[in-house]
Amino acid sequence: MRIPILKLHNYLLVSIQIDLDDQTAIQFQEDLLSKIHKSGATGVVIDLTSVDIIDSFIAKVLGDVITMSDLMGAKVVLTGIQPAVAMTLIDLGIHMQDVPTALDLEQGLIKLRQELEE
Amino acid sequence: MNFQSGVHIKKEWDIVGARQLGRNRAKELGFGTVDQARIATAISELARNIYLYAGTGRVSFEIVEDINKKGLKIVAADEGPGILDISQVMEDGFSTSGGLGAGLPGVKRLMDDFDIDSVQGEGTVITTIKWVR
Ligand SMILES: Nc1ncnc2c1ncn2[C@@H]1O[C@H](COP(=O)(O)OP(=O)(O)OP(=O)(O)O)[C@@H](O)[C@H]1O
Ligand SMILES: [Mg+2]
Repeated sequence: MRIPILKLHNYLLVSIQIDLDDQTAIQFQEDLLSKIHKSGATGVVIDLTSVDIIDSFIAKVLGDVITMSDLMGAKVVLTGIQPAVAMTLIDLGIHMQDVPTALDLEQGLIKLRQELEE
Repeated sequence: MNFQSGVHIKKEWDIVGARQLGRNRAKELGFGTVDQARIATAISELARNIYLYAGTGRVSFEIVEDINKKGLKIVAADEGPGILDISQVMEDGFSTSGGLGAGLPGVKRLMDDFDIDSVQGEGTVITTIKWVR
């Protein structure tokens, strides 16, 4: 399974709509980095509205993808994290403090613009 | 209502299968959405550990009843290498696979009761319960 990555001006938009298995998560990591490289995108919004579980493995993949994108010059904003998911992340001891987040895709795009103007 | 059911963990996709079945069981038992997510996450961690460190094993679910409470018991059992130092693997950040080392200490916080029984060279059985509030 592959997660579609859409391009909008200088940004890439991703909405994760499936229950992520490990293979799909790794594939997504590769796809996103190569798409950043090819498109020269400066920002990425990853929308997690439909994701109802993030375990330590998926959290690591997401964290890594944010760090790698950053190295390549693209800022990532995570949007739509469900309250239940936010709570389980804390139980897992995973604090995504340095990761910019926003309520929804629209807010995410606004946040990206702000982050990139700084 | 009483059932015993479970998922054999043999391939990576079984991790997703186990957490989906566990979430459905949790929902049937009357857990709220946050606890359903906690239970599904805990199952995902336990099933992945079986897949990564033991290769194969089984995650089973059982309803448990106490005098005035009900809960979901999850048993993750494998015949893998076992765990040498249990207090070490319960430390946040300890990992032999380059992971976050968040799995086991995380499961303990996500659930209510937690117990590891492991014999080196014979396998590991992790038993954990979440009570319906
Ligand atoms: N079923 C098991 N059999 C043998 N060893 C295990 C088993 N489960 C866990 N371990 C050992 O305990 C360590 C800690 O496990 P834990 O799940 O906390 O972290 P991790 O799997 O390394 O990383 P993460 O779960 O954050 O991705 C593992 O690195 C592994 O060495
Ligand atoms: Mg683990």
